[in-house]
Amino acid sequence: MDIVLEARGLTKRYGDFVAVNRLDLTIRRGEVFGLLGPNGAGKTTTILMLLGLTEPSAGSVQVLGLDPARSPLSVKARVGYLPDQVGFYDTLSARENLAYIARLNGYSRKEAGSRIEAALTRMGLEGVMDKAVSTFSRGMRQRLGLAEILMKHPELIIMDEPTLGLDPEAAREFLEIIRDLRSEGITIMLSSHLLHQVQAVCDRVGLFSKGNMVLEGPVDVLARQVLGGGYHITVEAEGDAGLEAALSRVEGVQRVQRAGPTRFVLEAIGDLRPAVARAVVEAGGQLFALASEAPNLEEIYARYFQKEATNARAA
Amino acid sequence: MLAQRSTSASGDAAAPRREGSPWTGLWAVVSKEMADYLSSTRMLILELITVLTAAGTVFTATAQLRETVGQDRFLFLRLFTTSQEPLPAFVGFLVFLVPIIAIALAFDAVNGEFNARTMSRLLAQPIYRDALLLGKFLASLFTLALVLTTIWLLIAGLGLLRLGVPPGGEETARLLWFLLLTVAYGGVWLALGILASILFRQPATAAMAALATWLFFTVFWGIIAGILAQILRPVRIGLPAELLAQAQLEQALSRLSPNVLYTEATVALLRPEVRSLSFVLPSQLQGAILGAPLPLGESIMLGWPHMVGLIAGTILLFALGYVLFQRQEIRA
Ligand SMILES: Nc1ncnc2c1ncn2[C@@H]1O[C@H](COP(=O)(O)OP(=O)(O)O)[C@@H](O)[C@H]1O
Ligand SMILES: [Mg+2]
Repeated sequence: MDIVLEARGLTKRYGDFVAVNRLDLTIRRGEVFGLLGPNGAGKTTTILMLLGLTEPSAGSVQVLGLDPARSPLSVKARVGYLPDQVGFYDTLSARENLAYIARLNGYSRKEAGSRIEAALTRMGLEGVMDKAVSTFSRGMRQRLGLAEILMKHPELIIMDEPTLGLDPEAAREFLEIIRDLRSEGITIMLSSHLLHQVQAVCDRVGLFSKGNMVLEGPVDVLARQVLGGGYHITVEAEGDAGLEAALSRVEGVQRVQRAGPTRFVLEAIGDLRPAVARAVVEAGGQLFALASEAPNLEEIYARYFQKEATNARAA
Repeated sequence: MLAQRSTSASGDAAAPRREGSPWTGLWAVVSKEMADYLSSTRMLILELITVLTAAGTVFTATAQLRETVGQDRFLFLRLFTTSQEPLPAFVGFLVFLVPIIAIALAFDAVNGEFNARTMSRLLAQPIYRDALLLGKFLASLFTLALVLTTIWLLIAGLGLLRLGVPPGGEETARLLWFLLLTVAYGGVWLALGILASILFRQPATAAMAALATWLFFTVFWGIIAGILAQILRPVRIGLPAELLAQAQLEQALSRLSPNVLYTEATVALLRPEVRSLSFVLPSQLQGAILGAPLPLGESIMLGWPHMVGLIAGTILLFALGYVLFQRQEIRA
């Protein structure tokens, strides 16, 4: 498979403090990878090293088959980077801001013009192209940042906390855009400390803690690893005393909790709604509602560290 | 000056042999920065100040010079050097006006990008930090040169109107050299301003630091040079040799100040009758006709070390800023 980004033993030390510790990471073409973890975990430091914007203390990086320290110009021409809290020249218009970046990328005036218009239109900013950026909302700035990246037709996009500071609606729109980009086959890496927002768009996530990537993989695999499942199935059903027992006998259900007179919450290894429905009917019950909730990253994260803490105490 | 590159701590400067030219994107930076300068209010204020001083000093100078029209070969040069109480001559104004203009142009060059959070976006483009820093410096230098040229033309125009005679060929040449010298003098302060903008994240702090340096050289360095000379070359018996040694050391020390270099070189260029910028011993005057003006070439040679000194200072300050900037974390 086509590898877009590869880090081996990537380490960053600030004095004695280890900000990123021996990170191994591989991202394949077309993937959306989420770098998740609390503030100060080392996400931004990792991204800066991947882009060659800060020098690793140890380890190696290959981006699009190139070493960003040796071929910074080629790497930067092909990778789009949206920094956290992206800023623009407030007195310049959206178009002028992008025009500067286009010149830095060496596009001809004509090419720049068409690329800029296309990118701004794509991000829904065509109406405000010639307005000063000082009038832009946080969400518009974020989209302008993405327009700048799209203008470069990048093969890889790296975004640092792209939804930070956006209101829920703007954040949702932004995640929608990320999904669109993914469907076009662009490889995306994004970082966030807002686990639930990101889990919806990522194929694979890496959970960061104190400079270490402690967990890595698709969300449902992690859920199975850490939670032993992690799906929550809510059942609204009426039936006799045997109903609860019948539910707990369903293959893959790990725990049944009674949440009300007619309400059960099941912990399961997957989305078992068909099997649960069958079990309710077979037990002679009446099914009113059935809902499944995918595993929650926050839960995975919390549970993982609980386990760690318990293990540490036991050891 | 660029040797630091390979040992620098920042990633985009780490490779022993870097891909492409370090100046990729330089002109994009220069043109953007110049456009910024020329459209800024800051620029308007600076222009206003300089135009006012130019007009003011030229008017007072011409009032005096009208009487000597026709007698003075270098009438036009006098426009720049004639003072009338309480106003100093225009060159006297320039000595402190140019540093202030330069610092005002440069004090937020680098930290401004950090504060606007545009730095990481810029450095994620296919350019090196070299191009960004040099581009900013060149843009400020060109802008300063533009301002100064405007003033020169303005003074020449005003002089023409008020005196009614055009400048001669040699005068024009001397004024052009003087313009170059003034730009070089501004270069030092631009480099200092940029260095301050790298050292301090707060533009106000950077401006204060640069202005403090300027104040130090304007007010205190002369005094310190005198004291140092007295300590290092004390006059014990009162021999002329002792006095001379002390005076020479004081002058050498004082020339560490760009203001002194600029003033002395200005004297060489604008006052052709000045034959030497150091202490002149009677023996050195043999064969020289006092009061006879030096030819242009010799006046230039007289101020040449000063000009080189100013350029060297600029390069030194810029190189220092360059090294620091290469090592700077780009995270805001
Ligand atoms: N220049 C620096 N000097 C010292 N420590 C730093 C520096 N930059 C970052 N750090 C530390 O490295 C850790 C990781 O920071 P960062 O990568 O920004 O985390 P995140 O992006 O996950 O919030 C933090 O604890 C931070 O304090
Ligand atoms: Mg961060």
